[in-house]
Amino acid sequence: MDAQHKESPFSGEFNKRLKQRYQAQQRFKLLGISAIMFALAFLAFLLITIISNGYSAFRQTYVELTVNFEKSIFEGEDLARANYQALINRALDEKFPDVEGRRAKRTLHGMISTGARYQLMDMVQDDPGLIGTTQTIWVPADDDIDMFMKGYVDMSQPESDRRIKDQQAQWIQTWIDNNMIKLRFNRTFFTSGDSRDPELAGIWAAVKGSFYTLVITLALSFPMGVAAAIYLEEFAPVNRITSLIEININNLAAVPSIIFGLLGLAIFINFWGIPRSTPLVGGLVLTLMTLPTIIIAARASLKSVPPSIREAALGVGASKIQTVFHHVLPLAMPGMLTGTIIGMAQALGETAPLLMIGMVAFIVDIPGGFTDPAAALPVQIYLWADSPERGFTEKTSAAIMVLLAFLVTMNALAVYMRKKFEITW
Amino acid sequence: MKPTAGADQDNNTEDTGTEPARRKAGPDLYTEFQQIVGNPYVDNPRMVCRDVYVYYGETCAIKKVSIDVACNEVLAMIGPSGCGKSTFLRCLNRMNDTVSICRVEGEIRLDGMDIYDPSVDVVPLRAKVGMVFQKPNPFPKSIYENISYGPKIHGLTKDKHEMDEIVETSLIRAGLWEEVKDRLNEPGTGLSGGQQQRLCIARAIAVSPEVILMDEPCSALDPIATSKIEDLIAELRTQYSIVIVTHAMQQAARVSQRTAYFHLGNLVEVGDTDQIFTNPKHQLTEDYITGRFG
Ligand SMILES: Nc1ncnc2c1ncn2[C@@H]1O[C@H](COP(=O)(O)OP(=O)(O)OP(=O)(O)O)[C@@H](O)[C@H]1O
Ligand SMILES: [Mg+2]
Repeated sequence: MDAQHKESPFSGEFNKRLKQRYQAQQRFKLLGISAIMFALAFLAFLLITIISNGYSAFRQTYVELTVNFEKSIFEGEDLARANYQALINRALDEKFPDVEGRRAKRTLHGMISTGARYQLMDMVQDDPGLIGTTQTIWVPADDDIDMFMKGYVDMSQPESDRRIKDQQAQWIQTWIDNNMIKLRFNRTFFTSGDSRDPELAGIWAAVKGSFYTLVITLALSFPMGVAAAIYLEEFAPVNRITSLIEININNLAAVPSIIFGLLGLAIFINFWGIPRSTPLVGGLVLTLMTLPTIIIAARASLKSVPPSIREAALGVGASKIQTVFHHVLPLAMPGMLTGTIIGMAQALGETAPLLMIGMVAFIVDIPGGFTDPAAALPVQIYLWADSPERGFTEKTSAAIMVLLAFLVTMNALAVYMRKKFEITW
Repeated sequence: MKPTAGADQDNNTEDTGTEPARRKAGPDLYTEFQQIVGNPYVDNPRMVCRDVYVYYGETCAIKKVSIDVACNEVLAMIGPSGCGKSTFLRCLNRMNDTVSICRVEGEIRLDGMDIYDPSVDVVPLRAKVGMVFQKPNPFPKSIYENISYGPKIHGLTKDKHEMDEIVETSLIRAGLWEEVKDRLNEPGTGLSGGQQQRLCIARAIAVSPEVILMDEPCSALDPIATSKIEDLIAELRTQYSIVIVTHAMQQAARVSQRTAYFHLGNLVEVGDTDQIFTNPKHQLTEDYITGRFG
């Protein structure tokens, strides 16, 4: 009899199993960590690619020109119609007097952006007193020069394959030696609209277009979504019809966004006759798309309000609607706002439905209202990504950076609101 | 479907087959009604309940309960968990309306008015029949707003001064004034559990109800807070009728004048508290009180 030696239950088989349990836990942890690492690596890769491609777009090559605003050019001419290009060409010719021949001259004149003449025009229109004087000004260089200055042109290639010829490189070298060319902060990018010339293209029109579109979206989808959620969650009887509505709302959230674009095209543009390409119709389409998101988020946050609060209010004799508006809604509001911001962020990044309603058109003017033709940020990115010029590559990445900045800000705002208004019971 | 009353009171005391969970829905539900032992009626009733049935969907949770609530009395309701005390209590101010599957039959009158009459507005009814819940549930607003909310929505005050007065007297009556008078603007959720419960009582009495329903008001509280609330109940009895659900026999014995014992949806026995606790007539009551029952 070895009763004393009876094995403790916590040895042998038990220990083996314990070890296995720990191993399983360890394996799972490793798996999880590697999944996170993988995701982070992709994120880092994405960000690095975008930033390294796009950071150079925030700087722009400018060239110093000594322009003589000759009186003869303006004689008998409207200030807006004077030949400013001639002024620029002459300034260049004076700088490089030994350039001979039409072709060489054309190349030389092409080194300055076509936007420079508008810059001169603005200067003269602001201050006609400039006529007859000589001014030293900085004007944007052509996008090929810009690319060269940013080091994107490979000079080891044969001359015929390059956008910058040897002669041009020489001129640039002269400018560099004289300190007449430099990279400066690219204000144009943040203040102007789209352009055929990369050095003149900016995102301000797209930002404004997106802003107007989102204003419409927010103004329509937030009140409608919240009202629908309150009705469904607090007032609607539970029956076939409401559960059908509920299922459909959930399904709507999963409908591909391009279909909303088609719907918008059919109803808002073709049937109602709202002008195409406008923030108004864009906002309407994005409202359709955002509504289900907001309704679902708002219902979830209404559900998360403890029933004891409703009982408390009903218990002192508040009516149903008082209970909802005095007690439930304020408590659910942070969650609703968070959901709304996330819905808005989604809408901000949405491209496909906007393509369907014509917001993909090439629009140079900065929209001034809800019914002006406009582009939106993601559509602008799409347009630039489609352009062959090397200068648009960096613009594309830079616009993506701007869009991401907006999205991150909106999401951070959502997190902040959630933290700030979180109520602990 | 008419309930067929009259199964003998003695024949199913040990019958475990009558557990509600195992019971099938159907007409046999009604046969389980037992005659109420003791006198459920009083001379000066404030609330009158006659043959009240409550159903959750197909399940019958309250079976033919008839009982009165007198003026200026504390009526305690005791019974094992799930026997329908809360369900019955919530009928008294139509709080059950919020449960969509819940259906109430029978007659419940407050001062002679049938509260389930379709013409009755629940808003003034709930102002007259206040309720204190098991878990303290102050609004996540300031202490002052917690109290002033009821009077405000019912328009009981003309100006801020009157409101201040109501808030102060309610808090004094709830025995909370001394503790919170310097921080009326702090959130009610920041108080301790016992203070929160007294705040909820103050909130209930701020609208000057006639009846106060309390569903296990002390179950989340320590003995000191409990005794404070018991004192408060004794004090409130001078003005209101109080119906209290409790699991603590001692508490029922201390605070109430009459006690009702519920079992599986039946009102088994009702009588003066002294009599119920010293000399219960029904076997089930005795088992429950002496602790022989689960
Ligand atoms: N909302 C509901 N839906 C369906 N059945 C319910 C609902 N509320 C209560 N019931 C059922 O009604 C019966 C009585 O419940 P009730 O809450 O009234 O019991 P109780 O006596 O208050 O119990 P406790 O002492 O545990 O609080 C139980 O069988 C319960 O399952
Ligand atoms: Mg209960």
